[in-house]
Amino acid sequence: MTLRSKSLFAADPHIQSRKRADARFKLYGLAAILAGLALLAVLLGTVIGNGLGAFQQSYLTLEVELLESKLDKNGNRDIEEIKKVTTFGYDPLLTAAAERLIETQNIQTDLRAKDIAKLLSKSAVSDLRDFVVADTSRIGRTVSFDFLVNARVDGYLKGRVTRESIADDKMISAEQLDAVDQLVAAGALVKRFNLDFILGSDASDQRPEAAGIGTAMLGSLAMMLVVLVLTLPVGVSASIYLEEFAPKNRLTDLIEVNISNLAAVPSIVFGILGLAVFINILHLPMSAPLVGGLVLSLMTLPTIIISSRAAMKSVPPSIRDAALGVGASRMQAVFHHVLPLAAPGILTGTIIGLAQALGETAPLLLIGMVGFIASTTPETMGDALLAPNSALPAQIFEWAKRADPAFYERAWGGIIVLLVFLVAMNAVAILLRRRFERRW
Amino acid sequence: MTMTRLVAAAAILTVSAGAAVARDRIQIAGSSTVLPYASIVAEAFGENFDYPTPVVESGGSSAGLKRFCEGVGENTIDIANASRPIKSSEIEACAAAGVTEIIEVRIGYDGIVFASDKSGAEFAFTPADWFGALSDKVLVEGALVDNPNTSWAQVNPALPDQPILAFIPGTKHGTREVFEEKVILAGCEATGAFDAIMAENGGDKKEAEKACMILRTDGLSVDIDGDYTETLARISSNPNGIGVFGLSFYESNTDKLRVATMSGVAPSVETIANGDYPVSRPLYFYIKAAHLAEIPGLKDYAEFFLMDEVAGPDGPLAEYGLVSDPELAETQAAVAEERLMN
Repeated sequence: MTLRSKSLFAADPHIQSRKRADARFKLYGLAAILAGLALLAVLLGTVIGNGLGAFQQSYLTLEVELLESKLDKNGNRDIEEIKKVTTFGYDPLLTAAAERLIETQNIQTDLRAKDIAKLLSKSAVSDLRDFVVADTSRIGRTVSFDFLVNARVDGYLKGRVTRESIADDKMISAEQLDAVDQLVAAGALVKRFNLDFILGSDASDQRPEAAGIGTAMLGSLAMMLVVLVLTLPVGVSASIYLEEFAPKNRLTDLIEVNISNLAAVPSIVFGILGLAVFINILHLPMSAPLVGGLVLSLMTLPTIIISSRAAMKSVPPSIRDAALGVGASRMQAVFHHVLPLAAPGILTGTIIGLAQALGETAPLLLIGMVGFIASTTPETMGDALLAPNSALPAQIFEWAKRADPAFYERAWGGIIVLLVFLVAMNAVAILLRRRFERRW
Repeated sequence: MTMTRLVAAAAILTVSAGAAVARDRIQIAGSSTVLPYASIVAEAFGENFDYPTPVVESGGSSAGLKRFCEGVGENTIDIANASRPIKSSEIEACAAAGVTEIIEVRIGYDGIVFASDKSGAEFAFTPADWFGALSDKVLVEGALVDNPNTSWAQVNPALPDQPILAFIPGTKHGTREVFEEKVILAGCEATGAFDAIMAENGGDKKEAEKACMILRTDGLSVDIDGDYTETLARISSNPNGIGVFGLSFYESNTDKLRVATMSGVAPSVETIANGDYPVSRPLYFYIKAAHLAEIPGLKDYAEFFLMDEVAGPDGPLAEYGLVSDPELAETQAAVAEERLMN
């Protein structure tokens, strides 16, 4: 090693190289963060770019005459008889309304009224039937009704469908798109915000335009409720015992190791367990959010126990000692002092655990919550827990599998809803921590 | 506070156990090919009747029939959808679990189409081409050898010179069996490989059929265990690929796929209905007859499914790509009488 002879103010090569290494290291870190941010931006950009379309839908306004001769042949407004008219019986009304539309809007087309009526969604007849069955006094009147148009027309307005792309398509023709252009110009066909996507139910493969994620969202909420009600008390009790009361011996060590291991068990395992125990042995209903919630509780419990214990461990022993010193019992020390101070940490852990459970699909596959399920909105709390339903991630998975490209857009839209949910839950967790956390 | 919550949770469990005894919603599972049709019917059924909308799950014909054969009772499914007829081994498994009364319902026919990326070349296949491209062993100058073909032009000079890469349904799909029987086996017989195998193994027809259907495992034939959307995604990222789809799936995605002809016939509802297009198969669902009295609306659902307005040539199912069954009236009568299998 040579002696340094230079001034302290002039850096020698050794120090310079160390400084350069320092700067490089800083740069690596920065690059890592930038790469992460870039990936996040790509992810969010793709999700939003693909999914935003689902929040808008195209509607065609039609004047429909609710013909008594079609809907109530005997004219006695008997609800049972009116219910016998199936949705197929409503098709002629729409064709007649389409004919009137061609006349009043002066649409230049060689197409028959029937082909114009085919621009409508398949859900149009059932919407109309629900409207009539809800109030039979409407029969005989002419009503103005906003109908969804089918996914091809909607895709045309959104730019997804073009005249080239439908060259081989049997479901729509170029002449129909010409008529669509004229209807848009006349203001009868408009694209607007679609609340039904957020609040509505799943629809079958022929009506992607009518599908909504609301019912699946209720399924997810019901499951989260079950998870919260089951895991929070059990998880907190378990962690209080392990942290404050349990003797330190091999048995407790074994329990601790097992809890940590359980937290790492793949979720599909809990799904199989749920199928075997809850459905096949306990005979709980299939596809029910209650069962989904039970399965997800098993999955979430270890996470909550671990985070609750960490929160309680971070409360300084001086607090306990002080409480015990002035004569509090162990239980009083825990409930009056330790638990309130650990609460923010416990809640944060619980919310993170719930958020994790919210995004879980694999265990739901096995208990029958993936498929064409979330098609009727539950009306009561019991229904919400017991009637077959899907969940947000399961619904997204289901849509992504379906043939019609319009479902693909809805799958991305569903992802946006799911992400909003997760961000909201994490924001609550951060807020709670900020507000109540105490540092020692 | 903790105690009250626990009590509440216990109460929910008790209530649910009570509710589990009376299920009022039809539970269906099975073939992903039948799934769209079943969900279209389930939706319309929920709209037109006072019964709740049935639940339709997918997972494949075999998986659905397995669940169907788990037993009789509220916690088992009522209907299994299948894209192939039930096997005798499955009927035995059903009987062992107490499911002895099964009603078979044929809902119509579905075409199996071969399609490639829209931007790619046109293909006109025969079953022999597919056998030559995908079989483990092919006949070259009278001798059975390991399949040497890597390009479609090597199989048949009339085809484009494009590397062989086929995405075919995995073994859990009913579509696979139809593909093997109507394409690979037919091709095996047409190329003469069948007779060569027969000659080699001493005239055992069953074994020869099995040997015909062994596909190459060098990566040029890829099994897809997921749905047609996965096949479509593979083709989109790999324009040389050729995939096997259901007709209805192709008709929903004509903007991305180019369909190939088979033996000179382009697939369509018409050519399948009149039998010109060779690769089609019947679609079924199976009803657990013991549930007919227990689950409200089960028979109504089956009858609604088969109504002329639903499963007929002008119904919504035909519009979605189902080839309606010419003998629909016979099936309607069978369901009305609750006629059991065998």
